[in-house]
Order: sequence, then C-alpha cells, then structure tokens
Amino acid sequence: MESPAVYFKDLFSGRLRIKKAARSEAAFYNRPFAVMVRKEVADHIRSWRFIVLLILIVLTFAGAMYVSLSNLKAAVSNENDPDHLFLYLKLLTATDGSLPPFHIFMSFLGALLGISLGFDAINAERNNGTLIRLLAQPVYRDNLLLAKFVSALIIVAALFLSLSLLMIGGGLVITGVPIETAEVFRILSFVILTVLYVGFWLSLAILLSVKFKQATTSALTAIGIWLFFTVFYRIIVNMIVRSFFPDPNLLAQDDILFYNNLILDLLRLAPSQLYTDATTTLLMPSVRSLGPLTMEQMAGAIPSPLPFRESVLIVWPQVSGLLASTAACFALAYFWFMRREIRT
Amino acid sequence: MENAIIELEGLTKFYGSLKAVDNLHLKIKAGEVFGLLGPNGAGKTTTILMMLGLTEPSAGTAKVCGFNATRDPISVKRKVGYMPDNVGFYDNMTAFENLLYIARLNGLGIDNVHDRVQEMMELVGLGAAMHKKTSAYSRGMKQRLGLADVLIRQPEVIILDEPTLGIDPTGVKEFLQLIRELSRQQGITVLLSSHHLHQVQQVCDRVGIFVGGKLLAEGNIHQLSQNLFSEESCLVTITLADTPPDTAELESMLSEIGAVRKVTVSGNGVDISCVENITPELVRLFVEKGFGITGVYRKEYGLEEIYQQYFDNNLTENVSHGKSSGLFQRSFFRKTAN
Repeated sequence: MESPAVYFKDLFSGRLRIKKAARSEAAFYNRPFAVMVRKEVADHIRSWRFIVLLILIVLTFAGAMYVSLSNLKAAVSNENDPDHLFLYLKLLTATDGSLPPFHIFMSFLGALLGISLGFDAINAERNNGTLIRLLAQPVYRDNLLLAKFVSALIIVAALFLSLSLLMIGGGLVITGVPIETAEVFRILSFVILTVLYVGFWLSLAILLSVKFKQATTSALTAIGIWLFFTVFYRIIVNMIVRSFFPDPNLLAQDDILFYNNLILDLLRLAPSQLYTDATTTLLMPSVRSLGPLTMEQMAGAIPSPLPFRESVLIVWPQVSGLLASTAACFALAYFWFMRREIRT
Repeated sequence: MENAIIELEGLTKFYGSLKAVDNLHLKIKAGEVFGLLGPNGAGKTTTILMMLGLTEPSAGTAKVCGFNATRDPISVKRKVGYMPDNVGFYDNMTAFENLLYIARLNGLGIDNVHDRVQEMMELVGLGAAMHKKTSAYSRGMKQRLGLADVLIRQPEVIILDEPTLGIDPTGVKEFLQLIRELSRQQGITVLLSSHHLHQVQQVCDRVGIFVGGKLLAEGNIHQLSQNLFSEESCLVTITLADTPPDTAELESMLSEIGAVRKVTVSGNGVDISCVENITPELVRLFVEKGFGITGVYRKEYGLEEIYQQYFDNNLTENVSHGKSSGLFQRSFFRKTAN
C-alpha cells in the first residue's frame, strides 16, 4: 500500500473499460451465470468429497460389470427370457445374485451423490462470509442457486455418460456384437433418468442448505429423509396395509387388484421407488406394466420385448413424478432464498 | 443538498418487534467521505444492507446513484463496491483466483484481466502473497484483499463496514490514507462505518452518529462540537506562575469580555469557557495585568467527546424511560466484550 496516487492515475480513467464490440462477442462466456457455473464445477472436481464419491461409484460400476460379464453367457443364451438378445442391456442388468445390478445400486448411491454435492451449497458460503461478498456483486440471486444446481448436474451427467459409454465400449471390445439403436436409446434414457434422480436429491439438499444455517444439520436432515424413504417408508406402508386393509383371502379379484394398485401408489411416493420402476422398465424391454395385470389383460400377449417408445410411455408417469418433485424442491429453495436477508 | 449520491428517506427496519433502524433520513454528496459512527448493534450494518438491497426495509426508500436499492439492486451493485465487516474468501482458492473470480463476475473477463488483478494485488500490498491460498492469510491481509476486491470493479461508491477491524495501527493509517486519496482523486464517494473514533476523525468529511437505530446528529466535526457544546465550544486553560491574589476580581474582569461564558479559578489554573476562540486576547489581557503565564492550553472537542456526550445522553434518556434501556445496555456490553 504505497503511494497509491501513482497507481490509481489510470485505473479509474476508463482505460481498462471493455470495448463494446469485444463485449458482445465474448458476452456469453462471461455472463455472471456462466462464470459461476465454471467456478462451481471446478470446485466440485477439486474437492475430496467428489473424488471419494467418484471412487465409490466407479468401484460399484466395476463390480456390477464384473458380475454381469461373468453371467453374460448364461443370460444371453437363456431362451426363456424374451430380452436375452439385448446384450448391452443384459450387461447392465444381469446378475447371479451376489451383487445387485448397477441400476439398483444407483437408487442408493444416486441419492448419496446428490445429497453430498448439495448439502452445503448455500450455508457453507454463508458461514465463510463469501455469500454476502458474492451477492454484493451485480449478479442476480437466483443465478447463484441455479449455478449450484446446474454445475452439480453437469458433473453427474458427465460421470454417468462416460461410465455408460465405457460400458458400451468395453462390451464391444469383449463380445464384438454391434449395438442396436433401441439399446442406445434405452441406455441414454437410463442415463438421463439417473441424472434426473440425482437432481431430485440435489435440489432437496440445496433446499435444506438454504433452510439450515449449519452444513451438518442440513446433511443429517437430508440423510434422514433418504433413510426414511429407503428403509422405513416400506415398513410403514406395510404396517398400514396390515392394520387397515381387508384380508385378501376374502376379497374378489377386482378388489384385490384395486388394493394392490393402492399399495403400489403409496410406495411410489418414495422417489427411489419411482427411479427403480422407471429404470427396470427401460432396461428390461419385456416389462409391460408396473402394476398387477389380470389374466384377461395377459391373454393373447406374446412374451416379447416392447419397442422403446412403449417403454417410455410406461415410465412417463414416474419421470414426471421425479421432475415434479425436483421442481417443487427447487421452487421452495428459490422462494426461501430470494427474500432472505444475507448477513454474516 | 444538490448532487446527493446516497439518499435515505424514512428508512425503517424491524426485526420482529425490535426496531433496528428508525426512520432514517440521510443524504451523502458525491465525492464525500462519510463516517457512520455508532456502538455495536446500533443498526449500521442493517442500514448498509438496505442500501445494497441485501435486505428489505420495512418502510422508506434507499436510493443509491439514483436507483432504488430495493427494486433495482443490480443497478446499484454495479456502481457500489461493498466490503462486509467479516470479509470471507474461498479458502480452497488462491487470493489471485478469488480476485479473478470477482473480476469475471463483474464482466471484466475479456481483455487483460490477469494484469489488472495483479496490479490490484500490488496496489494493496499483497503482490508477494498473491498466489497463496487465502486460508493462509491473516486477518489484515484478508482485509486488504477485501479492498482490492472492492476496487477492481471501479466503483463510484465504496461502502466499508468496519474496514479497520483487525489491521495493525500502521496498516490502518495506510488503509485510511488510501481511501482518502482515492476519494480525492477519483471523486469516489466513501461511506464507512466504524466504532473507532480516531480513525474516522482522521479521514471523514462528515460523520453521522448513530445510536439505537437513530441518527442523532450529522455534520462535520466542527459543526457537531458546536451543536453539542454550544455553551463552551472552546475551553482555554491558562496556568499562571503564582496563585492570583484576588480571584473574585480576576473572575469579574474576565467575565466582562463578551465571548466568555464561565470562569473557574482553581489554585494557579484558570479555566475559561468561551463561545469562540479568543485565546490571543486572553493572553494579552493577562500579560497586561502583570500575571506570569507558564502555560496556555486550548481544549478542542474531538469526536471522542462528541460521541461520548451523545452516547451518555442517550443512555441516561433510556434509563429514565426505563423500558427500552435494555437494548442500549446490552449493546454497550457487547461492545466492551468485543
């Protein structure tokens, strides 16, 4: 801090102000939002937290691939399975029971990934005193929330896309069987669905990070919600069914169907159930319905794989459910954050 | 005031039933250095947050550079650099990266932003520690980085919340000199809040004394002392060689001078309170009368006295009102605890 006058002679005279033409050209990359997203992505990639999660997911993926590869021959030559010719889908789903398939793993790990990428999004910045400094810059508040969300999603999308491409590439090298278009679409939509599922937990975690001032509180709450849905929710639904629903032995078939659907609908309030339903349908083309089917409905049906479009139509309610809950969490976070007083 | 760059009109903020800022009217001219003075919990930070649109006022408006801070905070923030009292940086990034990020957020990321950042770091005296992680920075270094962070955007108005907190005395001097210098040369308006009176006294053109959410007085230090100590805006103490033989005569003689309000003789010291500075006349008079003068001391009322006076008045007022005294007691204790 010496002889400031000399240094400041030019600085404020506008010498360094940006020319208009250059500004419009590079404007897109230098909008505050893009700058924030870049910084957040860089932060995530460098953080130990993400590296640990990455290792966890890659190990899971490798384990699941190993199990499915060693069972691939049996799965593909099983004539009773209508899906046995979808080699690459079998790679993702085949298992001998020693390990769950990758998409079931993801219903646990995806939630963990989303929570850990988002639980301290806002409150850590607030506690470090960076939030107030950031918001004193000419940036919109929602840009910050959106940047936190988008940057984590970009990372997750890149992670899963590269994993599935690795899987396809590995499959090509090992088996030499060319991939079918339907399989490409199914695997791609599996990736999109997984990103969406992680996005739900991410937006929930960001919501909690806006609500709670301590990062640990928001992390614990998020994990609590996750545990509730994965462990306790099913038990609670079973308890309700056992104590309030009539004995199925005394019911007509239509009533049994009705109650079964009701139970399934209750279970589908859990996001992990939505995700498992949707991925199962996408990765196993022969799945025709996610609810119980009557004998009349099944009569005349040939056990063959459905076209991609039909599978998508079946899972559409699940996808919209996930999208809606993601949007709801995000909107609530937005609502709480926008008019909140920022101070350290 | 003609070209007011900050205009606060009837600004009020409630936290529940607590009135943090109470019907505040304030105008700050462009190019001025204004000091917001007050004990902790007086509502200084809340006022600043409202000027930046970081919190919504319960009533009234804050206009900065002609923009309404509540409705159009982005336009305000383009013109205003703000340094919070507890300035924080991303610990996993170096100081250079931290500053670069802010520069890019302000749309400076096109031309020679790296040179610009480097220039700034050198200006605030952090050139050598530029590529250290900010987690390794001391409090004072962070404060300097905070200033660089404010200046890199070429603001028209700088708002500093307790800027001298945690800097050593020489650092404070340099820091304030830099601020003063900037304001003079570039015509930047500076608003700084502080409870360090001496520092504020050194650099501010005008000060506002802020206690319990109310602006008790504003003006330059001279005006303030005149308002407050109108009875005795000037106190001259003359020490004589010998004890005066007839104190009553001396007192009556001095009282005949128009400007003199009060004379107290104690031993060989004479305290004379007068409305204006008449020290030369007094000395001449004493010499003519044959008194030996060993010392003349003119006491000036500085910010310390002014502040103390306002603060004391307010404290007693509130004690006499009984109910709301708790707030001031509390804020006073918090101050001492710090």
